Amino acid sequence: MTATREGATFATGTAGDDPAMEKHDMTLTLRVWRQKGPQHKGKMVTYRVTDISPDMSFLEMLDVLNEQLILAGDDPVVFDHDCREGICGSCGLMINGQAHGPEQTTTCQLHMRKFKDGDSIDIEPWRASAFPVIKDLSVDRRALDRIVQAGGYISAPTGTAPEAHSILVAKKDSDAAFDAATCIGCGACVAACPNASSMLFTAAKVTHLGLLPQGQPERNDRVVNMVAQQDREGFGGCSNIGECSAACPKGISMETISRLNHDLLGALRAGARPKS
Amino acid sequence: MAVSGIIMLLYLVAHMIGNLKAFAGRETFNSYSHWIRTIGEPAVPAQTFLTIMRILLVVTVVAHFWAAISLWRQARRARPQRYVTKKPAAQSYASRTMRWGGVIVLAFIVYHILDLTLGVANPEGPGTTPYDRLVAGFSNPLVVAFYTIALVLLGMHLRHGIWSATQTLGQSNKRREKTVNHFALAFSVLLIGGFLIVPFSVLLGIID
Repeated sequence: MTATREGATFATGTAGDDPAMEKHDMTLTLRVWRQKGPQHKGKMVTYRVTDISPDMSFLEMLDVLNEQLILAGDDPVVFDHDCREGICGSCGLMINGQAHGPEQTTTCQLHMRKFKDGDSIDIEPWRASAFPVIKDLSVDRRALDRIVQAGGYISAPTGTAPEAHSILVAKKDSDAAFDAATCIGCGACVAACPNASSMLFTAAKVTHLGLLPQGQPERNDRVVNMVAQQDREGFGGCSNIGECSAACPKGISMETISRLNHDLLGALRAGARPKS
Repeated sequence: MAVSGIIMLLYLVAHMIGNLKAFAGRETFNSYSHWIRTIGEPAVPAQTFLTIMRILLVVTVVAHFWAAISLWRQARRARPQRYVTKKPAAQSYASRTMRWGGVIVLAFIVYHILDLTLGVANPEGPGTTPYDRLVAGFSNPLVVAFYTIALVLLGMHLRHGIWSATQTLGQSNKRREKTVNHFALAFSVLLIGGFLIVPFSVLLGIID
């Protein structure tokens, strides 16, 4: 029965020819941040896009805009993207004032069905002095890499996968470590934070490694060095407002920040000091 | 931020409980005020305890403001270019009013000391008993209105502050998060309710 029905649907032709689908296509007004380069002043520029299917992802909608711009001989809008399946952390836009838009997911996994025909959408880059704009909507997020370089690693030789039972990890700890490890480093936490703090990112890394046996030898040095590095990068301080966690596409919890602070106080008491 | 906040919070609890002595009448209230000034006498000179408390409080207020201002400046440096459009997703009104609310509460504390401690901003003037100043000050609805606004702001400040201090000191987790936030709300409502009941009782003639 099902097969017959599907066959019937296909027989009517592609979705584009289906009048029922066509009326769902949207026309949108986009206000996009255009900035020629790091030293240039940027501004919001208004564009109109038509024939946007509700099934498109937000990035596909921007692809449509760029095709329009290229055909018109204009400079296409630069934005970061890579896997387009929500796992790489490359994409990230401030959409109508919310990091990754109205849904708690990555920009590539946000679909146009979240918007209505005739909507006006403001699109801006992540804004933080630690994330300088490269061009348009693309920002330099290497500051996050340098925070990881400051201590977000283990130096134990790991070799091949060890026998799982040789070092036991409590289920509660492995679950919490894995939750923290889902951080993809997209920078939405910084973008959403009223203080432009990278605390949730750093806390996710500290929690991820600090809960596992392999992370113990460098636990104290890790937290003091990573916190010192995020201050050096010019991120703001954390005032526990919670915007970061609400914007995080992976839902990293505020608990990680408490854990970072707990580790930090313990490390400072134990005499750990950041490398200068 | 957290440590200085907790010291001031403990002081506020003692202050609020002390205030409730206004319901026990003029004599009790004035003798309580006198007792604070003579704790430890004759082993230590008069006002020793009070002076220590005052120094401790001034130090914590300065430390709290120093930490707040450095965080404020750090945040401004961290985002020189603001968003054209920014929509809050999770922040509470309490967390949004921490900075300006804190400045208003400081202005209130200055007025409050001039009004009831020193008496210079009080209709009864200095050199009167604490109970007289209390009744005279709170008989004016405008004074009560200002106290109410400042105390509600203080209550919101504590509501976010208690949660934030728990996080900063690394004592929160997913399981405790809800409890801490509920406690912060209940504690703030009780404390501010305890403070506000005295001025409103004067205004309504329950204390006179």
